[in-house]
Amino acid sequence: MSMIGELIRSLFKKRATVLYPEERGKVHLPEGFRGKLEYYEDKCIGCSLCFQVCPSFAIEMVPEDKSRFPKNQTGRRPIFNIARCTYCGQCEDICPTKAIHLTNQFEVIALDKRDLMVK
Amino acid sequence: MSTFDVPIGPMHPALPEPLLLKLELEGETVVGVDFDVSYMHRGIEKLLETKTYFQGLPLVERICGICNAAHGLCYTLNVEKLYDKEIPPRAQYLRLVVEELSRIHSHLLWLGIAAFEIGFNTMFMYTWRDREAVMDMLEAITGNRVTTEYSQIGGVRRDIPPNLADKLLKTMDIVEERTKYYVKVALTERTIAKRTQGVGYLSPEEAKATCAVGPVLRASGVKNDIRADDPYAAHSDVPFNVITYDTCDVFARIVVRAQELFECVNMIRTALKNLPEGPYRVKLPMKPNAGEALTRVEAPRGELFHYTLSEGALKPYRYKVRTPTLANLGALRAMLTSKGRYVVNIGDVPISYGSIDPCICCTARVHFVDLKKGKSWVWTIDELRERSKRGRLLP
Repeated sequence: MSMIGELIRSLFKKRATVLYPEERGKVHLPEGFRGKLEYYEDKCIGCSLCFQVCPSFAIEMVPEDKSRFPKNQTGRRPIFNIARCTYCGQCEDICPTKAIHLTNQFEVIALDKRDLMVK
Repeated sequence: MSTFDVPIGPMHPALPEPLLLKLELEGETVVGVDFDVSYMHRGIEKLLETKTYFQGLPLVERICGICNAAHGLCYTLNVEKLYDKEIPPRAQYLRLVVEELSRIHSHLLWLGIAAFEIGFNTMFMYTWRDREAVMDMLEAITGNRVTTEYSQIGGVRRDIPPNLADKLLKTMDIVEERTKYYVKVALTERTIAKRTQGVGYLSPEEAKATCAVGPVLRASGVKNDIRADDPYAAHSDVPFNVITYDTCDVFARIVVRAQELFECVNMIRTALKNLPEGPYRVKLPMKPNAGEALTRVEAPRGELFHYTLSEGALKPYRYKVRTPTLANLGALRAMLTSKGRYVVNIGDVPISYGSIDPCICCTARVHFVDLKKGKSWVWTIDELRERSKRGRLLP
C-alpha cells in the first residue's frame, strides 16, 4: 500500500514509452550512436586495418582500380556486409583516415541480401 | 509421511533461464533439492581461441548482456597484463564510471525481477522505468544501450565531454532520489516483508563454505568486495563503503543491492569530479607478449574471473571465464535446504532462486556423457585430481 501515492501521481504523468513504429519521430538517439555504417571511398587508403579488427567477418577486401582514387595506393578496398555487422564500431575506431563512420540509422531491413552491402 | 518429487524446468514460466530444479517435497515443505544447469552450450571459450585479441572483445561482451561492462573490463584488464605498458589514469576513471553505471542498471533490473517474483508488479514496472534513465546515459556515453564495448585494449573508446558529464550528474540526482524512494518502500511495505524475511536463509558459515560471491555473500554479513580487496580500475582513489547486512535472507539481499546503488552514485560523482587530464587511450600492438594473466573484477552479480594463456601469437591459446552465478550455485543449494526454524516452502523457491541474480546461460559447465552407453556422470574432486596425474580425463 505504500506505493499508492506514486500510483495516483503516475496516472497524470505522460506515457514513459513510445508507440513505435507509429511515433517514430519521438525516438531520440544520442550523438555517437552506433548504427549502420557509411564508407567514404575517396578517403580510404586501403590499409585493411578494419578488415583485421572486424570480429564478425563482415568486411571483405576486394581489388580496386588505383587510378580512380589517388589516395588508395594498395589497390585494395573494403566492402561491408551489414547483415553480418554487430555494430561494435571497431572499424570506425581504428580507421586512420576516418573513411568509416557509424550513422544513427538503426532500421536496417531489406528484402534482398545484396541491398545490405555497403560498397 | 511419503515424499514426492516435483521437477521444475528446464523451461518454466517461473524461471527465466534453463535450469532443472528437482525438488523433493513433503507436503509443501522442500526436504531435498538437486539441480542441473547443463542445458546450454555456447562454446564461447573455444570461439575466443579462433579470434585475435581485438576481435575477441565484442564476443566477450556478449557472454552476459547485463554485466557486459564488467566482462569487457575484465577482458581488457586481463589482456593488458600481457603488455608492459601503463594505461592512462583518465581511462581508469572513465572505466569506473561506466562500470558503476552498469551496476546501477543491473541492480535496478534485479529489484524489478525480485518484485515480480513475489507478485509485486507495480514496483517491477517503476524500477524498470527509472532504469531507462541510466540506459540512456550508457547509450550517450558509449553509443549503445546494452553491448557497450566501452573499455578497449589500451584505454577506453571515447572520452566523456563536460556537457555529457553534467547530464550524467543530473541523471545521478534522479537515480538517487528514486533509490531513496525504493529503499523506503522495501523497508515499509508489508508485501515485501512477508514474502522475503526469513526466506532463503544462508548463514555466514554456509556462505563461506559454499564460496558464495558478491551481494549474496555480503547479505550474509561477510565483508567481501573485489573493488575494495583487490582494486583494479580507479577504485583505490575513489572511496566507497562495502555494504553488508546481517539478516542473511532474501530481504537482506534486497537491502544490500539497494544500498549499493547509493555507493555507485557517490562513486560516479567523485570520479567525475576528480577526472584526471590526459589521453584516454594508448595504442597497443596487435600481438601481446607470451605469458599468462588472471584478473578478478566485481561484476554486479559478484566476483568475475578471467584467465588467458598467450603464446605471443595474435590469438589466445586458452581463455577461461568463471562467472559469479557458477560460484553462487552452491549457495543456492544451501538456501533451498530446510534447517531448524528456517523451513523452505515450495512457494518461496522462485524468489530464493531469483535472489542470487541467476544468469545460467553465462555459466560455464562441463557434463560428462557417454553416448554409446547412454549414461552421464559427475567427477568428484578426488577423481579429477587422480586423473590429472595420469594426464587424461576420459576413461
